[in-house]
Amino acid sequence: MSQTVAAGATHAVHGHHEELGFWRTYIFSMDHKMIGRQFLFLGLFMLIIGGLLAMMVRWQLAWPETPVPGLSAIPEPYMYEGIIPPQTYNALFTMHATIMIFFVVMPIMVGCYGNFLIPLMIGTRDMAFPLLNMLSFWVGAVAGVIMLSSFFVVGGPAAAGWTGYATLSAKAAYTGVGMGQNLWIISLLVLGISSLMGSINYITTIVNMRAPGMTYFRMPLTVWSLFVTAILLLLALPVLTAALAMLLFDRTLGTSFFLPEGGGQPLLWQHMFWFFGHPEVYILVLPAMGVTSDLLSTFSRKPIFGYHAMAFSMIAIAFLSWIVWGHHMFISGMNPLLGTAFMMTTMVIAVPSAIKVFNWLGTLWGGNIRLTSPMLFALGFVSNFLIGGLSGIFMASTPVDIFIHDTYYIVAHFHYVVAGIIFALFAAVYYWFPKMFGRMMSEPLGKIHFALTYLFFNLTFFPMHFLGVGGHMRRIYNPTQYEFLQPLQDWNVFITISALLLGLSQVPFLINFIWSLFGGKKAERNPWQANTLEWSAPTPPPHGNFEVQPTVYRGPYEYSSPEVKEDWLPQDKPLAKGAAVRGH
Amino acid sequence: MLRWLPEDVSTYGHEIDSLFYLIYYITAATFILVTVLMVVFLVMYRERPGRRAIYSHGNTTLEIIWTIIPAAILIVLSFMSVNTWAKLKSEVPPSDFAIQVTAKQFNWDVFYPGPDGKLGTQDDIRFDNDVHVPVNKVVHIHLTASDVIHSFFIPNLRFKQDAVPGRTVTGWFEATKPGRYELPCAELCGFGHSGMKGWLHVHNAEDYAKWAAENLASKQQ
Repeated sequence: MSQTVAAGATHAVHGHHEELGFWRTYIFSMDHKMIGRQFLFLGLFMLIIGGLLAMMVRWQLAWPETPVPGLSAIPEPYMYEGIIPPQTYNALFTMHATIMIFFVVMPIMVGCYGNFLIPLMIGTRDMAFPLLNMLSFWVGAVAGVIMLSSFFVVGGPAAAGWTGYATLSAKAAYTGVGMGQNLWIISLLVLGISSLMGSINYITTIVNMRAPGMTYFRMPLTVWSLFVTAILLLLALPVLTAALAMLLFDRTLGTSFFLPEGGGQPLLWQHMFWFFGHPEVYILVLPAMGVTSDLLSTFSRKPIFGYHAMAFSMIAIAFLSWIVWGHHMFISGMNPLLGTAFMMTTMVIAVPSAIKVFNWLGTLWGGNIRLTSPMLFALGFVSNFLIGGLSGIFMASTPVDIFIHDTYYIVAHFHYVVAGIIFALFAAVYYWFPKMFGRMMSEPLGKIHFALTYLFFNLTFFPMHFLGVGGHMRRIYNPTQYEFLQPLQDWNVFITISALLLGLSQVPFLINFIWSLFGGKKAERNPWQANTLEWSAPTPPPHGNFEVQPTVYRGPYEYSSPEVKEDWLPQDKPLAKGAAVRGH
Repeated sequence: MLRWLPEDVSTYGHEIDSLFYLIYYITAATFILVTVLMVVFLVMYRERPGRRAIYSHGNTTLEIIWTIIPAAILIVLSFMSVNTWAKLKSEVPPSDFAIQVTAKQFNWDVFYPGPDGKLGTQDDIRFDNDVHVPVNKVVHIHLTASDVIHSFFIPNLRFKQDAVPGRTVTGWFEATKPGRYELPCAELCGFGHSGMKGWLHVHNAEDYAKWAAENLASKQQ
């Protein structure tokens, strides 16, 4: 008990914890760390499914209407002796995107790391509402089960794209999908409830339960990013919920919100969907930015460059994300003047994104850089985000967007941003695995995983820009049906082979993850010599997290501080009087 | 990368393409700059025993510089885009040549005015998936859809416009070279989306007159 403990803060930590049984510990747990792990396993499981769906999509695009190896057992009309029919193809890319966005990136980046990290990083014993937290996971899991169950209903799963554009999605006759599309809507409605519960919990916890001394501007950028994300979730999801409810009514009760024959407006769906959908993109990417900022600073052994600019640029991105949705609709028939306005706001939102990239560079400058697996993945995220961010400028320019809208240029762009998040996701897994599971992951396997993933990610997604420039439409079943796409078909084959290898590149990760869970080297308390509070807690942290209530004396990025001999200075480490004045 | 762009055969295609090229050069330069710096930093500042990182929290001057420069570039790009956009969308040149295209699963219904010389009347003459227009003539297309949203895309003309059920949107183009150009649907419209395509036939004045005499005039009598 060498630490100075704020008076009155200890009682919470030393609260009595009764032994909980198996069900309460592992299944219906109210401990934020177990809920975080549950979200992680849910997300990784769905990642495998979403990835396999993508492989099927790619197979069809490279070698159209040839049997997919190993899938001849899937019955008609879903597949014909291994050949994917158009209807199934539409379902495959719809479900690939839906699963990756709502059941992989959100559960892992927001659900898992939000839950696991927020209480640990702000120095408290749990979330503000543990029961709500448990419900948030289980409601989310139910949404996942509903989504997966749609694969087994008559007519197959939703096939109107993850954007579910009306009127295609609003009448079963248009897609031939009845129950599957309804289940898609219901699943996302249910998932919305889960996310709302989570976001209320995150916001309340961050506002009210920070450790003594943990001012807002001493919070790690990961917490800042999750805080901003939670606010975006809280405000964006109700709009999606409203749109989904209207869509469900159109499909089942005979209303006409989106159907012109009853006086409805198909474009209303697009406005509502993207009013949610663009903030959603930042809901996905902000936590990745936060994690990357923390990791870059930790492994450069150097304070983050421009902490305040980083926090404020996230706030700016969040604010601006509400007024850019129309850039998805430049050629929808929306008033061209609106197109001009949305182009302006979209160009503006590129500025805070640019600031972040430059500040990451500034963080590397003059560092003492340790190229560990988590650091490599964080750098991979920066590199991919750079490409994804820059390619976004093309479609922000309304005239250029006329040509590249709905082509593979867009597919390339959003995979560099959203699929690029997987690099931050892996960085987070490698970095916090020791704290989560008490063991280290294998570094050599992690580096092999990084090298292969980075290589094949770029070989998969970069050539999609070429397809887009050639005018290759997205969501087409068979590119060889078009004369003008013939010269591009070799690229499709190249991309598919790269994608299959990208899939195989995940094998080292799976082996590493599972093996390390049981046989990894035991992790010490602070294996990365990091400053943030989670590393002051025991590994893995017990129920209640900290042995003593931590008190925070400085910002999270005091690496290589002249005040101490080591090159790190934890946030809760007291220094001799008069010394602890640096930082934020 | 941009060599994959389809041949441009419209009066305004070069404006879109030159913006495309401009953004390409700016972003490529930025990409190279950032990537080279990143690699240099990773090599120069790799961990070495006994060395200590520079203890710095940032540099306000630098941050202001790298906020202002991208902001300025983006503002300039916006204004350049606005001009072209207005030209394409708001300042539609007048024309006496108009057709209507109604998209449906999974066809383009192309209508030419009938004997009354007006579109949208009973005597309109309908074609499946084939659009015939004269070269060097402003063509107005009144686009709508009867079931789901489709998108009328002519890559060679840099023309793309969604066809939305319940509303009619007018687009325009002027082709500069006779030929036969593919006309795919670019918006997911159901299981037959892939393969929903037509052809734009751009004729010289003489050939167009011939085609019109055979296909329009005969029906207009």
